[in-house]
Amino acid sequence: MTTRNIIEVKNLSVFYGSFQALKDININIQANRITALIGPSGCGKSTFLRTLNRMNDLIEGTRTVGQVLFDGQNIFSPDTDLLELRRRVGMVFQRPNPFPLSIAENITYGLRVHGHKNKLFLEEKLYKSLQAVNLWDELKDRLTDNALSLTGEQQQRLCIARLLAVEPEVVLMDEPCSALDPVATARIEDLMYELKKNYTIIIVTHNMQQAARVSDFTGYFLLGELVEFGETNQIFTSPKDPRTEDYITGRFG
Amino acid sequence: MTRYFDEELLELNKKILEMSAKVEAAIGNSIKALRELSREKAEAVIKEDDRIDRMELEIEEKCLNLIALYQPAAADLRFIVMSMKITTDLERIADLAVDISQRVLEIADQPLLKPLIDIPKLATLAQGMVKDAINSFVNKDPELARSVILRDSEADELRNLVQSELINDYMRKDPESAPRAVALLLVARHLERICDHATNISEDVIYMVKAEVVKHHPESLK
Repeated sequence: MTTRNIIEVKNLSVFYGSFQALKDININIQANRITALIGPSGCGKSTFLRTLNRMNDLIEGTRTVGQVLFDGQNIFSPDTDLLELRRRVGMVFQRPNPFPLSIAENITYGLRVHGHKNKLFLEEKLYKSLQAVNLWDELKDRLTDNALSLTGEQQQRLCIARLLAVEPEVVLMDEPCSALDPVATARIEDLMYELKKNYTIIIVTHNMQQAARVSDFTGYFLLGELVEFGETNQIFTSPKDPRTEDYITGRFG
Repeated sequence: MTRYFDEELLELNKKILEMSAKVEAAIGNSIKALRELSREKAEAVIKEDDRIDRMELEIEEKCLNLIALYQPAAADLRFIVMSMKITTDLERIADLAVDISQRVLEIADQPLLKPLIDIPKLATLAQGMVKDAINSFVNKDPELARSVILRDSEADELRNLVQSELINDYMRKDPESAPRAVALLLVARHLERICDHATNISEDVIYMVKAEVVKHHPESLK
């Protein structure tokens, strides 16, 4: 069941000004597995997620201590190419955020940013990316329609496809289903199962049943600490830390 | 934080205690029927079994509802799933009390083949194991559960003793004694099976409390 560690986090602390949002986090993320991060609001799980592709850099006053090794390279080292890091470690957000462009342009936008101009290449990528999120058959005749005309679920799928087009290795998902109904949620979860063959997925979710259903590993965050991390089966049947037990049984939060 | 769910769990616990009390009474009465060769007591045990069967169904339904409606996790989940399993064992124990009572009905009108020595010992052991298994569940006491499991080999030995005595001293020597000897042999077998179910309950209690699997790993108890 174990694969290689694609991300190794060592003694990571993150501060927003004088507030310490993450306290000495140590965690290994396995490749081609789904890792779920759970915990009450403000526990640091989203901060942790955003640290993994240095999205927190965009927040003023953020200070980071410790290491995040992605494929053995510390992402905080000064020679890190941020554009390249964010291509390899992409993010899907809570609310689908397609560009106000056509469906096709949404997919090819990132590729153009990364310097790809070949029309055939772009068309093939468009096909493959939409196919990977099971949107091709639905949308192949509407590729020039504005992406904002799609349903919420289609938009979220499109955002995932847009990410896959630039061939990431890790997909970070921040509450990707919170704006979707249960049927759309189930379909996105099915998609996650398919995607984990080729990608590593880390998902932040408030929905504990979702974490239990989709993930191989679960980490529980509380007040900036990683309280417990382990195989999802173990966390949901026999958590070791009483704080985890209280949270997943609904006694706390 | 108190949860409405806790009231539901208490309710489930109460139902299991009610069933346990009935099952303990069924074993006690079937053993009394055997000791006294009492038709009346044996028939009472058989009659009471319907109620125990109904309680089993009720508890199962309650457990399924709690799982479907609350999606419990961790200790809550272990409690509910183990409750279901323990209920199955309790129901089987009650069935074995019925089996013992049926043997009593078969032999009640004839003189006893032999004075009962080891069977009452086995009966006392079985009753004690069931009682302690149930108490270990009620008090969430893994140590008591462990002591039940360790007694199981004693039950096997007593059953073997009864069996070889009945075969060698009676059935081989006097084939005419076979029908009465077989009835006693079956009683020993029923009692030993009761001990097995008490052991199952105790193993489930250990998992419920400590999330440790001791089933099929007797060495982990030592």
